[in-house]
Amino acid sequence: MIRIHHLTKSFKKFRALDDINLQLERGQAVSLLGPNGSGKTTLIKSILGLVIPEKGSIHINGQEIRSHWSYRSKIGYMPQIGRYPENMTIRQVLAMLREVRKDCRQYDEELIRQFDLPAIDHKLMRNLSGGTRQKVSACLAFLFSPDILILDEPTAGLDPLASEILKDKIARERANGKLVLITSHVLSDLEDITSHVVYLQEGKLICFKTVDELKESTGQHQLNKVIAAMMQTHLHENNY
Amino acid sequence: MKTIIKYVLIDLLKNRTILIYTLVLAVLTISVTGMSDNMSKGMLSLLNITLLFVPIISILFATIYFFNSAEFTELLLAQPIRRKSMLLASYTGIATALGLAYLAGVGVTVCILYNSLAAIALVVGGVLLTLIFSALALLIFVVFKDKTRGIGAAIITALFFTLLFDGLLLAFIYSFSDYPIDEPLLAFISLNPVDLARILVLLQLDAAVMMGYSGALFKKFMGSATGSIYTAVCMLCWMVIPLILAVRVFRKKDI
Repeated sequence: MIRIHHLTKSFKKFRALDDINLQLERGQAVSLLGPNGSGKTTLIKSILGLVIPEKGSIHINGQEIRSHWSYRSKIGYMPQIGRYPENMTIRQVLAMLREVRKDCRQYDEELIRQFDLPAIDHKLMRNLSGGTRQKVSACLAFLFSPDILILDEPTAGLDPLASEILKDKIARERANGKLVLITSHVLSDLEDITSHVVYLQEGKLICFKTVDELKESTGQHQLNKVIAAMMQTHLHENNY
Repeated sequence: MKTIIKYVLIDLLKNRTILIYTLVLAVLTISVTGMSDNMSKGMLSLLNITLLFVPIISILFATIYFFNSAEFTELLLAQPIRRKSMLLASYTGIATALGLAYLAGVGVTVCILYNSLAAIALVVGGVLLTLIFSALALLIFVVFKDKTRGIGAAIITALFFTLLFDGLLLAFIYSFSDYPIDEPLLAFISLNPVDLARILVLLQLDAAVMMGYSGALFKKFMGSATGSIYTAVCMLCWMVIPLILAVRVFRKKDI
């Protein structure tokens, strides 16, 4: 579904992505992990066409993304920080996105209902807490039932209840055959929803494996321990 | 594109800074027109207010607004929208909001009270200045990554055109005073949108003394009509060229 081929990107001297090759398919829930500054957000933004790659290519459903912008109708994106025009209400933001996406007539409003947004949708965006804004971002990502969901730190700032609702939703969408790409630092959050792990370090792809494979190779059972074990081995390799 | 313009306007027309800007302009206009007994004097004071406030407020407000909505722009660019439409739509929204503020604050009163060619020239000049400095703000937004630097650049740009440029012009006239510099001077003035706006209005006022050297030159070389058209066209270029540059830079920008 997403095919990334020798993707390289530098910001001045800093190599953010270094020759990444990846192939992601339908029905996968891929966790994008790595220390801060390892290139996770850059990779996501490259897929969205927000960052323009230096070398390499990205194909979505067999279509090279550089020349087309319409492929983005298949992607739902939830950014890390959701900031919206201050004087717009939640209702206006939702209405605006619907008008921008005139191509889509079928709306998935499940999350809007579950987060109980209609009750507060007259509030101005500037008066909302970070968590509520995050909820709006999540609703927008799922609203047009896209085939690919890209969620950058989706549960950061959400209360436990909302976080569970979102995770359930992610699991359901994945079961519907969608591709979900998530970055998060809260590993325990990802535990039950991921099928694959992509681990990046200093812009390089260290591993792309299923969770089961990883558990087997490291001998750990919890995802956070698996990752910790993996990070440690790589630190050692770097030191020697 | 229309959708984005519409919602930018919905957001901006409720914006406090825009409302205060409109109000301050309205109060200044009404008090100035009330105080001066003849039209020329009133127009000149209004012209000075326009030249002082409009560039700096437009460029600062637009720059800050563009940088503050950077995250929302990112979200919209993740939708199937062309980058160019997105950028031009937010420019149109903000330029319209600031332009409306100027029309409501200065335009309405002036047109009702004076209702002359000079009044129309003043309003056109003010609106054009708004459009130009919003376009420069857009260019600053796409060139600079960092908000603080962007605002710094906006302040410097506004000060350069409102204050520093006149100094340079004087130095130019002074150092080449032995040569025939009338025509080069005309070209030189075209490089400053604020001066162009001043001349656009002064050409319609019979205040040759107030026009200074450059204004007198314009009148001598081109007469009122051609001079007005020339300045207006130059100002339109000042709007269009930064916009084209901004779109070009934005096409390849990493967001």
